[in-house]
Amino acid sequence: MDAVRVENLVKEYGPIKALRGVSFRIAPQILFAFLGPNGAGKTTTIRILSGLTRPTAGRAFFFEVDVFGEPVKAKKLAGLVPQTINLDLELTLYENLFIHGLLYGLSQREIRKRAEELLAFADLLPRKNHKVRTLSGGMRRRLLIIRALLHRPKILFLDEPTVGLDPHIRRKLWGLIKRIQQRGTTIFLTTHYIEEAEFLADRVAFIDRGQIVIEDTPKALIARLGKFAVDVVQEEGLETRYFRSREAAERFALELSGKSQTITIRRVNLEDAFVYFTGRKV
Amino acid sequence: MKGFLAVYLRELLIIWHRLPRMLLSFSVSPTLYLVAFGFGLGKELEVGGRPYLEFLIPGLIAASSMTQGFGINVEINVARFYLKVFEEFQAAPISNLAYVLGEILSGVTRALLSVGVILLITSLAGVNFFYGPGFWAGVILNAFIFASLGVTSAMIIKSHADQALVTNFIITPMAFLGGTFFPVENMPAPVQLLLKALPLTHAARLIRQAAYGEGLRWGSLALLVLLAALSLLLAYHSVDRAKD
Repeated sequence: MDAVRVENLVKEYGPIKALRGVSFRIAPQILFAFLGPNGAGKTTTIRILSGLTRPTAGRAFFFEVDVFGEPVKAKKLAGLVPQTINLDLELTLYENLFIHGLLYGLSQREIRKRAEELLAFADLLPRKNHKVRTLSGGMRRRLLIIRALLHRPKILFLDEPTVGLDPHIRRKLWGLIKRIQQRGTTIFLTTHYIEEAEFLADRVAFIDRGQIVIEDTPKALIARLGKFAVDVVQEEGLETRYFRSREAAERFALELSGKSQTITIRRVNLEDAFVYFTGRKV
Repeated sequence: MKGFLAVYLRELLIIWHRLPRMLLSFSVSPTLYLVAFGFGLGKELEVGGRPYLEFLIPGLIAASSMTQGFGINVEINVARFYLKVFEEFQAAPISNLAYVLGEILSGVTRALLSVGVILLITSLAGVNFFYGPGFWAGVILNAFIFASLGVTSAMIIKSHADQALVTNFIITPMAFLGGTFFPVENMPAPVQLLLKALPLTHAARLIRQAAYGEGLRWGSLALLVLLAALSLLLAYHSVDRAKD
């Protein structure tokens, strides 16, 4: 049984087509990433699946529960970490968690236990009774993530979870996300950070202009291009060629050594695959 | 049930964290009105054989329960457009009714707090009324109707600026014209007709008559109950429209 099954999702805002028939499946306990530039349709997909936006057409299922037909049942299975930090700044960390627990039907005792456990998990326990206003950006993001975990969702939606954060805080969050996955949660993540998708995701879908261009594991997507890339800076701009072996890449670089001053040989990465398959930069 | 409690509790916690500031702000307008119109301008005036102050206070109570009930729209706007907390409610497995009732009840709570402040000031001024079931029914129904309309307007409007327009063009005129500061009967007949159609006029009359100890105005009470049901229905449907 798939954790998430999305069939032909369409979203139109008047003449603008935000999603043009998006379909994908996510197996349980997998970290699935949507990688794409701003405006590609990542957030729209997450908003529709979390019940914040109405789809124009299409179907979606969480563990075979119809997301649009049985929204209350489906919502209980999912947790949402939105791109915007939507915490109550005037309330304490614990109060924010308490309200969330009540919204998801947890008992007071259960909320208390879960909140303590999760605050400790995210290294926020000493700040439990502080107002959210006093937290740093990274701490707020961590609180947002554990709030979504409070009701033990089977699927966690993370919409650009590290956007705007310092690199060291981003890495700390990656660790937290990995640990959440290891505890058995299926994760659907959207990002426009290539390295984030490459580091975290078991499977990646490239989305561009409201459509999924290709979907596979990061390794397989990279392997479709080769192992080594040669970047050649010419008058017309940067050209990149891909090769199966280092020897082939070096041979090519040698042939061009008189024609270009800047030739770089490097390993192929996920960004190469994105540019190759979508024809665009993330 | 827990969904409704969660929405209401969130608002209560916000009220609790801001309580001293809130009570202080609730006391500013009624104090000014009482000083300016009650003790100042209205000292020598009588309405229906009673001192003007006794006419004014029930009107102020009606106006205050209306503005504070409707004022929930500001909180919802902040939660929707600035804090984005509204999305937490939208993503949660709760019904629209649970959300709407939680917000309306918090509007009623704010209204009751503001009425409490006016009653405190009133008792300090040496004015005493009857605070029976009719009085409280008027206050609560009035707050309920306008809190429901506050939720509806917060769901329909697209920005803070639009919200201010609603308040400036509907709520503020009603606060002055809905039988609060002068008897509606003093106006020309066609204007009277218009003013008697306002829910605030009926709330002010119900509250005033009960405060004077002259029994219930059943007609006004029935109309307010009907309006409360209709405004709840309106608020309920507006929440679904808030999805894009």
